Amino acid sequence: MSAYRSLARAMLRGFLRDRGSLIFTVALPVLFLVLLGSIYKGSSTPQVKVAEIGRVPLLDQAVKSAQLRAVLKVSRAASQAAALQEVRQGDVDAAVSQRGSRLILHYSIADQVTSGVVRALFSSLVQAANQEATGKPPAFTLATAQVEDTSLKPIQYLAPGLLAWAIASGATFGAAITLVSWRQKKLLRRLRLTPASTGAIAAARITVSLLIALVQLAVFLLIATTPYFGLKLTHWWWMAIPIVIAGALTFLSIGLLAGSITKTEQAATALANLVILPMAFLGGAFVPLAFAPAWIQKVSYAMPLRYLVTGVQDVMARGEGPSAAVLPIAVLLGIAAVLTLVAVRLFRWDEI
Amino acid sequence: MPVPDTIIVRDLQKVYGSLRAVDGVSFEVAAGEFFGILGPNGAGKTTTLEIVEGLREADGGEVSVLGLQPWPRNPRLLPRIGVQLQASSFFERLTAREQIGTFAALYGVGDKRADEMLELVGLTGQAGTRTEKLSGGQAQRLSIACALVHDPEVLFLDEPTGALDPQARRNLWDTLRAISAEGRTVVLTTHHMDEAELLCERVAIMDHGKILLTGPPAALIRELDYPSRITVSSGRVSADEARGALPEMEVTDDGVTLAITARDPGPALAWLSGRGALAGLAVRGGTLEDVFLKLTGREYRA
Repeated sequence: MSAYRSLARAMLRGFLRDRGSLIFTVALPVLFLVLLGSIYKGSSTPQVKVAEIGRVPLLDQAVKSAQLRAVLKVSRAASQAAALQEVRQGDVDAAVSQRGSRLILHYSIADQVTSGVVRALFSSLVQAANQEATGKPPAFTLATAQVEDTSLKPIQYLAPGLLAWAIASGATFGAAITLVSWRQKKLLRRLRLTPASTGAIAAARITVSLLIALVQLAVFLLIATTPYFGLKLTHWWWMAIPIVIAGALTFLSIGLLAGSITKTEQAATALANLVILPMAFLGGAFVPLAFAPAWIQKVSYAMPLRYLVTGVQDVMARGEGPSAAVLPIAVLLGIAAVLTLVAVRLFRWDEI
Repeated sequence: MPVPDTIIVRDLQKVYGSLRAVDGVSFEVAAGEFFGILGPNGAGKTTTLEIVEGLREADGGEVSVLGLQPWPRNPRLLPRIGVQLQASSFFERLTAREQIGTFAALYGVGDKRADEMLELVGLTGQAGTRTEKLSGGQAQRLSIACALVHDPEVLFLDEPTGALDPQARRNLWDTLRAISAEGRTVVLTTHHMDEAELLCERVAIMDHGKILLTGPPAALIRELDYPSRITVSSGRVSADEARGALPEMEVTDDGVTLAITARDPGPALAWLSGRGALAGLAVRGGTLEDVFLKLTGREYRA
């Protein structure tokens, strides 16, 4: 067997046999995905809860429509006083009663967004009833269309972001810790005294890191596309593979740099954390950049992670084609090349 | 044609700041020889060995190993030398057999010899054990097996028994004797005088970056002309009787042990034997520690 293959196999075995690194690179990001995915799952279709005081024929009529049932949840209140108490405590969003043709809506301004939604909803409900009462067909109708894929759900920005974070930390920590611990226990020196070339050692490490990144991608896709999370892959999703490879190379070079300038595993871990964690927030991995303040959006252009996150998002969830992958791949490979050059200059075989 | 020396070192120099770590070291090692570099910690042994292996560049002097220059990194020399480093340098979470197999592949040889190597160093039973679970002595023997997997002509060992308990040290000595018996050239550094005396055909005694003396341990001790010290249990014969019978010798008796110090122990042993007073007999000659003491004027402290 060649030096390259045996080194790659040794590194891969070392990785697979280390429960800690498996948890850190695969299980923990997946756990985040499952937790955040479940938390945000229902958030795209908010439901309004309304307590009905006495009989409200208009409301009873309205909830016969399936469309309205999806956004309106009606419960019956024992008395008006009890209903108002429920509204005050936030157990329901509004209480409603009807006297003749008059609908009375009680709401709380404690949550202004919800109260706005409730008022708008009932206003349109009453208008629709009025329109129907005229016996004529409506003069105008409204059709709505979301600019993203109509099925865009939180999982579609959560999965690329968390995947990018998982790949970034896996590659960075893997390279930094391997380098420092091999130097510390003098395995690097020992390797220097074998005829194996530096190229073979580097190629083995790159192969293992890329393999790990692709496994992370596969695991994420498997979980995110289950019916429960419902990620819908768009046509060019597989363009995520070259982006993930470019991203893994970038973070491998960051890890190499961190491992070259630190002397102990603790220092390498701390430095890698210092780079990766802020970048996860500033590069849009944890919080979608669209929701982030303007300054974070500006800063994100300086974060290598941004290009991995947005690149994967564009081809996997936004339905963009290969042209959307070109810029992220070019930026990621460019950063990787520069950092590798710096790391090679700072690289030491030995502690002294 | 005379067989060239396997290792030739001439006037080696290495300076770290103001410290002359290696200060004009010269020695030769013949093919098949078991050679030791002996000295206290900080004497410059490891630095010397690392320059000879090709891990460090010398500031001055010449090194030739098997007729080749070890520095800069020489891929033609590397397959012909085996190196065991001070720390146990292994890949994480591989078993003993996998470690040997990986090193074999690094040298471009198959792992057919892996089992043979495990047997040579007495680790057949630990073939499937991860290196993290091996004892200090087992790990040290495995690192020697890894150094031998490509059948090198020269083996370098840096403090192989450094942190081992006495039993593990003795086991390792047996392994090293077996390796030397295969005809390999072995170069070892050690700060254990007894180890150098027992294993090495020739030793170089090193201190403060310089080699003080080179030669076979027995010859170095003999040259020292150190008197023998004969001790037996007190009681059989009195110190005065001994002094009367052996006028040239120094005799002491502390009530437990009767000690006779003599250049030539023969007559004293004959007399003690004739008096049936050999109970508890021990004869101690000079050791390399005495050689070191004489050379440096100070007590040897490893």
